[in-house]
Amino acid sequence: MSEHHNEHTHITPFKTHLLILGALIVLTIVTVAITWTNLGVWNTTAAMVIAGLKGTLVLFYFMHLKFDQKIYRVMVLLVLAVFAAVLILTFFDYLNR
Amino acid sequence: MHEHRDDTASKIGMWLFIFTEILLFGGLFIVYAVYRYRNPVAFHLAGEELNVIIGAINTVVLLVSSATIAMAITAMQQGKRRLSVRLLWVTILLAAVFMVNKYFEWGAKFEHGLYPGSDFLYSLSQGDVLFFGLYFAMTGLHALHIIVGAVFILFVIAYIRKGKVHETRWQLLENAGLYWHLVDLIWIFLFPLFYLIH
Repeated sequence: MSEHHNEHTHITPFKTHLLILGALIVLTIVTVAITWTNLGVWNTTAAMVIAGLKGTLVLFYFMHLKFDQKIYRVMVLLVLAVFAAVLILTFFDYLNR
Repeated sequence: MHEHRDDTASKIGMWLFIFTEILLFGGLFIVYAVYRYRNPVAFHLAGEELNVIIGAINTVVLLVSSATIAMAITAMQQGKRRLSVRLLWVTILLAAVFMVNKYFEWGAKFEHGLYPGSDFLYSLSQGDVLFFGLYFAMTGLHALHIIVGAVFILFVIAYIRKGKVHETRWQLLENAGLYWHLVDLIWIFLFPLFYLIH
């Protein structure tokens, strides 16, 4: 039965999951705290950078990308690139109206 | 007995499905970005109507639930089947907590006459209509994913009971985890974009 399984299964220890959870909660507190300060346009930028950081932690640790074969990271990157391309092309239009 | 299965194919299939979900919500995020760019003041003021406390609590609830399902996978891989099932039940419980919060949050909006298609909503500016339209559509679609994710996890628990998911065969459990983390991932972006507009 085990012959079907990955020869080298990486098991993420509980400790790692809890550390990542701690980091995610701290980042959530930071992003709420930033809302109370006035940074002008940088408020939205900061919120998106923090969300991106949290998303990366979820993808790499909880969703195991860090320990998986490279092909999964390449696929995720491609999908994010498609999203970025559509976002940028859309704004090329709206910013120049 | 020879078993026919391909865990890698199963996992890649799950990721491909997740990519379609990312592009679905991605499209909605682009619609949001354009309308916010064109109605910055209305989006700012309408965003302040949302309850930051409930939003923040639900964010933490989902983050913890992501950790518990990730730990359920670890427990299963280590052969701790009962612990794994318990962690899955905790995940479902947290999904229920999220939905109860959502019920109170939406309920308060409805009481103020704020719901899709309401007369009060249409008496507001176009920017407000767009903001609340996107708010109900995007958080509603996300809530639907919470329900689907919880049902998915229930199926996994049933499969563990039947002995079809165990310490050397846990791809279905991992796929449920991937789906659940996706739901968390989407909320990570929904929360600042709707509740924390400065």
